[in-house]
Amino acid sequence: MNTPRALVIRTAGTNCDAEMCRAFEIGGARAELVHVDRLIAEPRRIEAFDLIGFPGGFSYGDDIASGRILAMKLRDRLWEPLRAAAARGVPMIGACNGFQVMVQVGLLPGPDDGRWDESAGPERSVALAHNAGGRFVDRWVGVRANVDSPCVWTKPLVGIPAERARETLVLPIAHGEGRFVAASEVVLIGMRERGQVALTYIDNPNGSTDDIAGICDVTGRIFGLMPHPERYLEWTLHPFWTRLAPTSRGGETPGAMMFRAAVEASRMSPVSAR
Amino acid sequence: MGIAVSRAEAAQVYLIQTREALTDAQLTQVRGELLANPVTEISTVGAAPRSARATAMIEVHPLPGVMDPVAESVRLAVQELLRLPEAPEVSTGWRYDLEGPKPSEAGPLAERLLANPVIQRIHAEPYHPAAFPTAEAHGGEVRGVRLIGLDDPALERLSREAHLFLSLDEMQTLRSHYTSIGRDPREIEMETLAQTWSEHCVHKTLKSRVLYRGESGNDPIRWQGRPGHDVQADGSVVIDNLLKSTVAAATHRLIADGVDWTLSVFVDNAGVIAFDEKHAVNIKVETHNHPSAIEPYGGAATGVGGCIRDVIATGLGARPIANTDVFCVAPPDTTDVPTGCLHPRRILTQVVAGVRDYGNRMGIPTVAGAVAFDERYIGNPLVYCGCIGVMPRDRVHGRVQPGDLIVALGGRTGRDGIHGATFSSAELEHSAADEFSHAVQIGNAITEKQTLDAIMRARDEQAKPLYTALTDCGAGGFSSAIGELGKDTGATVHLEHAPLKYAGLSPTEIWISEAQERFILSVPERNLAALRAICNEESVELAVLGTFAPPEGSTIDNPDLRLLFHGREVGRLSMHLLHEGIPTPRRDATWTASGAPDSRGASPSGAPAMLHALASLLSHPDIASKHWIIRQYDHEVKGGTAIKPLGGPLPHARAPMDAAVITPVPGSRRGLAVSCGLQTGIGDPAIGGDPYLMALAAIDECVRNLVCIGADPERIAILDNFCWPSCRKPENLGSLVRAAEGCYDGAMAYRTPFVSGKDSLNNQFTTQDGRTIEIPPTLLITGIGIVHDISRCVTMDAKRPGSVLVLVGQPSTEFGGSRYQQLFGVPDKASSSVPRTDLLSGPGTAAAVARLISGGAVLAAHDVSDGGTLTSVAEMLIGGSTVESPIGADLHPMTAADAFAESPSCYILEVAEAAMPSLQSSLAGTPYRVIGRLNATGGLRIGGETIGVESLAAAWLRPLDW
Repeated sequence: MNTPRALVIRTAGTNCDAEMCRAFEIGGARAELVHVDRLIAEPRRIEAFDLIGFPGGFSYGDDIASGRILAMKLRDRLWEPLRAAAARGVPMIGACNGFQVMVQVGLLPGPDDGRWDESAGPERSVALAHNAGGRFVDRWVGVRANVDSPCVWTKPLVGIPAERARETLVLPIAHGEGRFVAASEVVLIGMRERGQVALTYIDNPNGSTDDIAGICDVTGRIFGLMPHPERYLEWTLHPFWTRLAPTSRGGETPGAMMFRAAVEASRMSPVSAR
Repeated sequence: MGIAVSRAEAAQVYLIQTREALTDAQLTQVRGELLANPVTEISTVGAAPRSARATAMIEVHPLPGVMDPVAESVRLAVQELLRLPEAPEVSTGWRYDLEGPKPSEAGPLAERLLANPVIQRIHAEPYHPAAFPTAEAHGGEVRGVRLIGLDDPALERLSREAHLFLSLDEMQTLRSHYTSIGRDPREIEMETLAQTWSEHCVHKTLKSRVLYRGESGNDPIRWQGRPGHDVQADGSVVIDNLLKSTVAAATHRLIADGVDWTLSVFVDNAGVIAFDEKHAVNIKVETHNHPSAIEPYGGAATGVGGCIRDVIATGLGARPIANTDVFCVAPPDTTDVPTGCLHPRRILTQVVAGVRDYGNRMGIPTVAGAVAFDERYIGNPLVYCGCIGVMPRDRVHGRVQPGDLIVALGGRTGRDGIHGATFSSAELEHSAADEFSHAVQIGNAITEKQTLDAIMRARDEQAKPLYTALTDCGAGGFSSAIGELGKDTGATVHLEHAPLKYAGLSPTEIWISEAQERFILSVPERNLAALRAICNEESVELAVLGTFAPPEGSTIDNPDLRLLFHGREVGRLSMHLLHEGIPTPRRDATWTASGAPDSRGASPSGAPAMLHALASLLSHPDIASKHWIIRQYDHEVKGGTAIKPLGGPLPHARAPMDAAVITPVPGSRRGLAVSCGLQTGIGDPAIGGDPYLMALAAIDECVRNLVCIGADPERIAILDNFCWPSCRKPENLGSLVRAAEGCYDGAMAYRTPFVSGKDSLNNQFTTQDGRTIEIPPTLLITGIGIVHDISRCVTMDAKRPGSVLVLVGQPSTEFGGSRYQQLFGVPDKASSSVPRTDLLSGPGTAAAVARLISGGAVLAAHDVSDGGTLTSVAEMLIGGSTVESPIGADLHPMTAADAFAESPSCYILEVAEAAMPSLQSSLAGTPYRVIGRLNATGGLRIGGETIGVESLAAAWLRPLDW
């Protein structure tokens, strides 16, 4: 079986790219880090990839707003190949700045009917606004994966036994603009009905609507979240691993599980949501 | 200020100047796709009218020439979005509509809270200039400076008025040099010499010959037999090059005595040690005190940026992987702020923001630090920025080859940051903000990140790096960077080749500007095309400034530095004069042990109840939780922070770790622990302290922090950062000498080589009425230690009810400089002198604790430090207890002296009952005693008194929860 190829898109100010590449590799893919300007010069390169990652960082300094300039570039220059990849069912992830970029490009929450056939960048219907606390915050938070979500990335988290999940299903956040808001209640209701709210916070750290930490498109293959699963690839990165019983320190971390699940999903053709 | 603001609205303002007016369609596109988020924001073209309820409005815009990173990004983004042939000019600002204040109150309010006049202008109306200011290209003339024939008073006047800050003997040396070559210097030459010979760049005090006279008697220093020290018959001591004879001497002796894991010490931009078979780690700690005093945000951010560049520009290039930061400021409740100073609370808030914005944007985790408070930092706060990097072991050394091109990479050169090196070497006065506003800068982290990305590719993409050496442009700008790299080869520089931020810079300004985010690489001509290709891909600007080779008219044995502007020579200097010409006069140092111990805090009503004292100590700003700061930093980017600065169970994660542990090589089990030691109270001459003992205690504290987390005490490297008041005063130089002697003895005893260091020796502030406030002598020791297997790390949070608490080490009863004494005076049966670190037992205790930890016998380990034993136990409980799973402790009775002495070389270990026998055998010969036992009550009980851990936590969390 061929090793799936994961494209990790970087630009000026991207800084979680190395760990995202590593996460894809631990998950079983071969990761390639490519500068967005290279893709703009050769947009067809995107066709060769089986997975796409939008890593965290401060793209273009997050000047104006987090992820704004990179989102503008992608929407303006690479919408067509990204749309085609979405239509093809390529699993995508955006963590933190990557998530901020994806919602501003319009890759998330994506079309209600799963038809990725718009010729231009779609209307944006959700946003990640300044934290309710008014400043950047770095901490680990407990999260919950939605059993009813089609999300391929969070699927393995649902299976973690409750007692173990209480202690180990935690993820780090580090952002100033992570408060999830939807343009309207209608948008939110629709997302909930379609299972697009894939991940929620247990202790909401930023004032996100409905504790939303991560969302997916209706197919469940395109996923974005404010926490950083790629910072949780080993047990020694757990926030209080020195307190965990030795038996809890073994096996795959939730961060690694998410990438493995997506790499596995990339080998299978998407289940049509239509 | 007595001005009530009931409501405020903020809006970001973008001024965009294009050659052709933008069409409505274009404006819509710029607003909808770029400047405003349609889901959450609204945008207006032109100034919106003042909102109906607002009573006042102001706009804040950067002064012309001040770095505006957002404007830079918007320019390029607008050009790209609209496919414009050229990028527009952009300026940004903030508008505030305020409800409550009168229009006349808005300006003062803004000056206090929203703007700093050093870099920004406050407008009472929407600012809408007809066009942005422009400048003409500079004609290139360089002024001559009359030096030959000047008398001594005139030399001194020239030094001061031209901001050269050279001493009289240095000016005399230059006068005789120029007299001997038969011409007067040009301004650009004098500036180059002033930068290169500044305290900041050359550390002339620490490298000077010192005559030290101290009172004999009960001196803990043994003066005989020290390297480079000559004890005279009258008891005075002549020290030949203080730095070489103390800090560096310890390292060289340790290397001679078998410490074989240092790879580069004191010669490069950062010190380098071996990490594993293939990798090395490097570390540097800098201070950025004076810029941070007048513009704390920009000062701290560019301090971080500069230190990161030092780490990048070590050997043939390192990748930065962690930052540290330590701040010393006046207490936040200060009410009397002298003219010319900013309030300490504003300073702290802004320096934290500066470190945050630069470090987070660079993608470097800020993992360790400290904050200390003392009223004497009011006009001269201290901002220490540290950075650690990782590099392949075969990239540790670089060397310029004659004929290499001088290549500048990164940011453009502007008028910002002129005279930073000399400014940092001057003494601050109340008028500094006016006089030195040009030395202050705002950084652009993304430019530095892009340049780092390009340098790493240039280092790694081919078998050998595309360059033979590199350095960063820090203090002194091109003049220091090229002067240093070209020391042995000479250099010819074409100043007009430097890319400028705007027209109008004189050749001298180009040469000495300290504009940020710039590097100089020495590049063999054959590699230029490949380097240029990488830079193009990374959008990094590259400029060839000249050649590293002796300019015509000089030889490789005695090369010159030649500066040209459009083909005309504007300056010429001998490298020998520049680097070896500085005179080294003898300096006088004196020391008198102060007989006046601290009487602060002494309370006539007697000692407070023990748990009341504990709660007060936990609220002491030195001790109180720094979570407000730590959580603003991304301390986990790169996904390798195995021990985070705050740990313990969720949801709190409030345990203050003794050290952070990172994994420089992703996936490897080998880690690097990072921590620091700061014991200013012990060295404070004002309260009878001794800087010698301070240095010992700081090294001891740093080592204990690293050992507690699981580092190998035989693999610890340390750094010194001295921040002192003016050392032209013999008493201050005397206290510096003593601290340096402490560094030597401490490093030798703990076998911890110094690998790098830095000093800042003019930290004092003169008020408008002529009063000089000297900072207390402050020595920061930063340490890194190898952790052989991170899975064996131990953290300080209390773990399990039922386990035993053991105090290891010999506790002291000395309270001088302690937090308890500050608040309550000296308790019964205790002494008011400062504690003495026992160099005979301290290293053995550290080794014994390390053995216990690596053997798996220890559940939690914490050093006894600020606030003493009981405070440390309280921190362990706060760290480990939650409402859901409470942990408490039952402690054996102890006296206030036992509870609150800040004993050097002491540790508190949590040990399972079952492991006690192995503890007893491992600690043979090391004093220890059981002080109590953990339980599940969630309360701390001692001598019949009990207090809830959550109340202690509240006392500890609240003071700095801003």
